[in-house]
Amino acid sequence: MPDSQLIAARHVSTRVDHPAVRWMLIVLAVLVVGVLIIVPVINVFAQAFSAGWTTYWTSLLADADTRHSILLTLIVAPISVAANVVFGVAAAWAIARFRFPGRTLLTTLIDLPFAISPVVAGLLIVLIFGLQGYLGPWLREHDIKVIFALPGLILATTFVTLPFVARELIPVMEAIGPEEEVAAVSLGANAWQTFWHVTLPNIKWGLLYGVVLCNARAMGEFGAVYVVSGRIDGLTCTMPLRVEKLFQQLRHDDMAGSFALASILTLLALVTLAAKVSLERKTRGELAEAAATKIVGAEPLVAETVGTSA
Amino acid sequence: MSIKVDNVTKRFGDFVALDNVCVEAGGGALLALLGPSGSGKTTLLRVIAGLEAADAGTIYYKDENVTSQTARERNVGFVFQHYALFRHMTVFENVAFGLRVRGWSRERIRARVSELLKLVRLDSIEHRYPSQLSGGQRQRVALVRALAIEPKVLLLDEPFGALDAKVRQELRQWLRRLHDELHVTSIFVTHDQEEAFEVADQVVVMHDGRIEQDGTPHDVFEHPANAFVMDFLGNVNVFHGRLQNGHAHVGGLELEYPDYPHSEALQAKVYVRPHELDLDYARGANGSLKARVERVNPAGSVAKVFVLSEEFGIGVHVELSLERYAELNPRPGDTVYVSPRRVRVFVPAAEEGPEYVI
Repeated sequence: MPDSQLIAARHVSTRVDHPAVRWMLIVLAVLVVGVLIIVPVINVFAQAFSAGWTTYWTSLLADADTRHSILLTLIVAPISVAANVVFGVAAAWAIARFRFPGRTLLTTLIDLPFAISPVVAGLLIVLIFGLQGYLGPWLREHDIKVIFALPGLILATTFVTLPFVARELIPVMEAIGPEEEVAAVSLGANAWQTFWHVTLPNIKWGLLYGVVLCNARAMGEFGAVYVVSGRIDGLTCTMPLRVEKLFQQLRHDDMAGSFALASILTLLALVTLAAKVSLERKTRGELAEAAATKIVGAEPLVAETVGTSA
Repeated sequence: MSIKVDNVTKRFGDFVALDNVCVEAGGGALLALLGPSGSGKTTLLRVIAGLEAADAGTIYYKDENVTSQTARERNVGFVFQHYALFRHMTVFENVAFGLRVRGWSRERIRARVSELLKLVRLDSIEHRYPSQLSGGQRQRVALVRALAIEPKVLLLDEPFGALDAKVRQELRQWLRRLHDELHVTSIFVTHDQEEAFEVADQVVVMHDGRIEQDGTPHDVFEHPANAFVMDFLGNVNVFHGRLQNGHAHVGGLELEYPDYPHSEALQAKVYVRPHELDLDYARGANGSLKARVERVNPAGSVAKVFVLSEEFGIGVHVELSLERYAELNPRPGDTVYVSPRRVRVFVPAAEEGPEYVI
């Protein structure tokens, strides 16, 4: 989408704007991107590798708490992503296929986690599941720990990443329409066969796109997790929390560890970006194909049999 | 296998899509549901297929009541208006789908699908995807996919709606031949009366969720049951006239109408098809309508003449055979007399309100 916008913008500018204006805007954009994005990203890697490869690996792997933070992130993120895949597909199916009261409200509410500050999201969870929260007494009675424990991390991460898969799938499913699913049912397929053989192959690129974005956000989540985790080293500290914690120690070794860990998160971002670009094309293909079949099967003309009346 | 639709009603909110509909298709019949958009014909087809549930009424397949069965259980072949081919499957996989979900073995599927694809001459393109096919090919794949599961009934929703005129023509005849070979009871929906008359054994005309007429193509065309059917089945001139004493009065014309012998006048609409009108330079015996020739179009299998009666302010479409046209040779501006060979009169229903009488 950004490509097409850029192309459109360039077309307009060549026709209307003065060359000086054009160059000024380009230089400004490049400068901002350079200062705010490119230099810091390079700097993370430069800092991480400043003392050489050996130090880099040592600071990553020698510290048990850092190792645990990586492991914890690798546990929390996939579980949140899996939860969001299930929720996203279900929500997209409901919104794209059915008309029910509250449908618009549901569509809007799915976006709420985007609008709300992650810290507030974390607080909401604490208020419900914390020891002083609504469910606190019940949880204590049954000896279930949510806050300052893995379930809390998963809840918080799932909450903030909730919109990614659903938002990606709703337009794809709406564009594809229910016709193929109805055809599958008429040919004798049950609900699962219809979903597995017909729906899923049609939405797979959109789904994967949502998963990639969801995963990046899940692994990078800081605010909500900060509130619910208590940041207990070796227990509830995820990678982003560990980066911040090491950085705050202000000791040289810890700084190196912080940058090394940060470089891994940054690398993840770059991989996500690459996957996003290639998946975006495939998703566009899915949508374009849906649009193309729609045009081929345009509505038939209304009967042209109106009599000639006198 | 015969199909019977008994008193079926279907509502979408306040909209009544089907209003107490009864239809019967004999075993091996090819029936056309004909009607304008929004007449309920597609809804009826979907109710028969089990893709929509009726609010009231019963559906029978032969003697079996299938009303509460799902589309899967009814084992119908359904061809969708826009084909609804599985876009990520090849032609072969599309046709094989119904057999695959039934758990057929790989070899049996291979044999059955290959046989079917040969039958419709698509075996050479079995590895293509729907997006690589022409409209006519997609149509045939959709039909074969529906037939692969050996359905008891074949249902087609506007099967030729999205095709261009020439392909449409070919596929119509092809469908008719295929039906004659397979003899599976088939119902198709169309808004094109020509298509219905050419392909079907039985035509059911629908309007506003009700059945207007049910009969053979010949019956329906020659003896339309009411004004709607008359109007829907092709070009027609409509005159507002008056019935009295066994006669219909339209403009200056007085026509025999023995069905209404009463002395009090009744307003009615008089329908005359363009090819059932004649032109002459001399006034006819029963009185005829004086008119001026406005436009003449002799291109085609008949000559189309549009005349205007200034006296009554009405325009009339006339179709003359080319021989008659050559004989008369009407020119724009000529004064001619219009006389009908055949008229149909439909007394308007009371709720239509007062009619203007000439």
